[in-house]
Amino acid sequence: MSTALANGHTLDHTKTLVNDFSIEIGTVNGSGSQTANSVLMRTIFQMGVPVSGKNLFPSNIAGLPTWFQIRANTKGYVARKAIVDLMICMNPETAKDDVLKLAAGALVIYDEPLKLNTLRDDLIYYPVPFQKLVTASCPEPKLHKLVKNMIYVGVAGQMLGLDMNETKNAITKQLKGKQKAIEINQAAVDAGYAWAAENMPAQNRLKVVPDNKTTGNIIIDGNAACALGSMFAGVQVVGWYPITPSSSLVESLIDYADEHRRDENGKLTVAIVQMEDELASAGVVFGAGWAGARSMTSTSGPGISLMSEFIGLGYFSEIPGVFFNVARTGPSTGLPTRTMQGDIDICAKCSHGDTLHINLYPGNMSECFDFAYESFNLAERFQTPVFVVTDLDLGMQNWMSKPFTYPEGDFDRGKVVGEKELAAMKDWGRYKDVDGDGIPYRSLPGTPGGKGAYFTRGSGHNAMALYSEKPEDYKELVDRLRAKYETAKQYVPKPIVDGTGSKRGVLAFGSSDPAVMEARDVLSERFQKKTDYLRLRALPFTSEVDAFIKESDVIYVVEQNRDGQMKALLREFYPEAATKLKSVLHYNGMALDAQTIVDQINAFEK
Amino acid sequence: MTTTAPAAPTNKLGLTKQDYVGSKSTLCAGCGHDSITAQLINAAFEMNIEAHKVGKYSGIGCSSKTPAYFFNQAWGFNSVHGRMPSIATGACVANRELVNIGVSGDGDSMSIGIGQLVHMIRRNVPMIYIIEDNGVYGLTKGQFSATADLGSVLKHGTVNELAPIDPCTLALELGCGFVARSFSGDPKQLNTILKAAMAHNGTCIIDVISPCVTFNNHDSSTKSYKNAKDHDFPLHELGFVQFNELEQVEIPAGESKVVTFPDGSRVSFRALREDYDPTDRFGAMKVLHEGVEKGEFLTGLLYVNTQKPTIHDITHIADMPLVHLGQAALKPGKDVLAQCMDALM
Repeated sequence: MSTALANGHTLDHTKTLVNDFSIEIGTVNGSGSQTANSVLMRTIFQMGVPVSGKNLFPSNIAGLPTWFQIRANTKGYVARKAIVDLMICMNPETAKDDVLKLAAGALVIYDEPLKLNTLRDDLIYYPVPFQKLVTASCPEPKLHKLVKNMIYVGVAGQMLGLDMNETKNAITKQLKGKQKAIEINQAAVDAGYAWAAENMPAQNRLKVVPDNKTTGNIIIDGNAACALGSMFAGVQVVGWYPITPSSSLVESLIDYADEHRRDENGKLTVAIVQMEDELASAGVVFGAGWAGARSMTSTSGPGISLMSEFIGLGYFSEIPGVFFNVARTGPSTGLPTRTMQGDIDICAKCSHGDTLHINLYPGNMSECFDFAYESFNLAERFQTPVFVVTDLDLGMQNWMSKPFTYPEGDFDRGKVVGEKELAAMKDWGRYKDVDGDGIPYRSLPGTPGGKGAYFTRGSGHNAMALYSEKPEDYKELVDRLRAKYETAKQYVPKPIVDGTGSKRGVLAFGSSDPAVMEARDVLSERFQKKTDYLRLRALPFTSEVDAFIKESDVIYVVEQNRDGQMKALLREFYPEAATKLKSVLHYNGMALDAQTIVDQINAFEK
Repeated sequence: MTTTAPAAPTNKLGLTKQDYVGSKSTLCAGCGHDSITAQLINAAFEMNIEAHKVGKYSGIGCSSKTPAYFFNQAWGFNSVHGRMPSIATGACVANRELVNIGVSGDGDSMSIGIGQLVHMIRRNVPMIYIIEDNGVYGLTKGQFSATADLGSVLKHGTVNELAPIDPCTLALELGCGFVARSFSGDPKQLNTILKAAMAHNGTCIIDVISPCVTFNNHDSSTKSYKNAKDHDFPLHELGFVQFNELEQVEIPAGESKVVTFPDGSRVSFRALREDYDPTDRFGAMKVLHEGVEKGEFLTGLLYVNTQKPTIHDITHIADMPLVHLGQAALKPGKDVLAQCMDALM
């Protein structure tokens, strides 16, 4: 049996896919499936095979459909794979659709009473009597619903040749310390495994064999990575308001700080205040930044919209603060549990009037950690709000990563003058450009000595921080802010450029990176198309971007939004390159996959 | 004959009153807000406030301009409309040694800013929050605010048909530990209330009726000088004694009630109203509501509770101001990262 694929190749169903396939599990949220899915994914990871896990969950507490996608790939491709090789159907509500969307030849494990095998005859079915197995393995009826999902871990484990010792380790890790829960879940896994060994026909299509490609690696989500980076950056004040998909960033920080950020009296060295809304959260960031603390908030698109007035104040009156935007699908409430790179424009220019902000775009877990750390240095160096722009895919999904590297060196606290410096200064002015880099010197409230006090305002002011409506004062101020943005080019993370001299450029950023890397290999191996790749990591655009644009004949700007927001920014800053820029877009709420990029680039070059 | 001008009196810090002034006011001549500014200067001078430790905050509006007019040696922050509380909250947890003084208006506080005001009170952010209350939006030229009384009339004859929000009953309902009302035309009472507020550790809501001389000072307005003077009923006579003066001054005994602040300062109340107890929250509510029924405008320290935990207690932060902690205290070591990484393998 074979299937024709959109890329011109055929899929050979008789071939065994070793350590290279995808699993999708359809369940009901709130049914304990997260534990089961995580154990299944960790088992493969602990066997040394690179994996990624994506949770497609609804905006609901319990009862609605949810899916989990696991991709194992020996080469380390961790982007979403569009084709599902093994489907596990546990949710009666979606089972039919889940089966109908599969490509021919896929394997399907399903709950026997659903009788899915009547739907199509080009799939390979494995009906499993889940209810019978859970009744036999778990003595407590009220836990059946929760433990039922662990049965499929055992069934799939037997089917794929998973190392059940690693499953056991994964359960212990997942349910740390809860002995009774460990026993009950392990019993369900064992029951599934034993049943499959006895009753299920062996299959040779998908196999996992031990490898050594994950040794020493961690599994983490981007929100936890950003929380860690912030903790090591010495964040002192956090004002926040819960919003999916960013809430777990501050929640992780609360947990980490609870353990690692206490003084000798056991008191916290960071104040984390849950505010009444996002407007107040932004106020806390700037109040604390103004007072001299490293401050941050974490939110998503709707929160950034609410904060935008305050962000203008922070920009105009030059106050440091870090804003994490874990973007989701907008506009409005949009798809609150789906991913999008939809806030590129709003973060680049957040607020009214002329505003330009420093933005950082981490593309993997290490960068979530490093850029979170660095954002505090940049915010204080440039006395301005700095955005760390991630998205739901980076923020909430499970990613494999090398352990993070300890950030050596001292914090950059920027140009702060204390009592001694002020005493030595002849005519200190809060907004004077003394060094010609656009960055003035600031003093902090509470500084003794009778010098340094000034008035911060969002209205027009001159270099001495006095109220002014004079045209020349306003122009001097906003021109200096622009000069400061230019200076930032020397400090922000530079792009990663992989040039082959092909003159066919691909420019992408953030969570698109894994799909782009895979797509470049596909383009090269199957279509003999070499590409040069620039992965953008920050705004303002730096000289490396200038050079890349100049050297390329065409630049495919890959981004996960409808309007090509990054392309629009590039056109604004590089008007002469406008005709070279082509948009490769993906915006249906799902994470980007390599095939989408390959298809769109091929379509441009038809 | 030569005469020498007598030296200006100094306070315990060796500062004169002149050291507490700010820039020249740009408000309308005769504005009640300027009298409040004057009392802030007097109170700070008398309370020996170290100006460099003061954070002055405001939102947007006429009242919000006033922090520029006092304490030149303090750091000021004129923020966005109605949202000074969150700025002050951030500054206050960043540096717990700051003395926080906010000046707002009825437009700033009771409409766009009511959410932030409410939650600042809930968190008991240590700050003096003055509402310069005139019932109108002055800076946008005379629209009604949410404290305008039902039936009050604008200069051009428009009648207010919405019931007012009373900042004091609101603050009492929220459990604010220091709630006062005063009148910009009563400098003595205002001065005493401000000094007590400077001794209090927690949120102080001070609603000061401060008639707008330009847009809301005609006789038909309930927030005019005439109306305020005619209907002002002080609840009690207030006596404030600063901690470091306690040795010399005796608190009058008898019918008075004395409240001691955490720093040792004391306020004595001699009730003009029968049985008025400023530590009885429900009693204060009752008296205020009765006052509204009778068309009275009750002033004084309506309620005080010096024992409420503040945001510093609630956030469990270090005793040393967070901004004074160095990198050694803020950046965990290599071993901590290794430990975090191990847990994720």
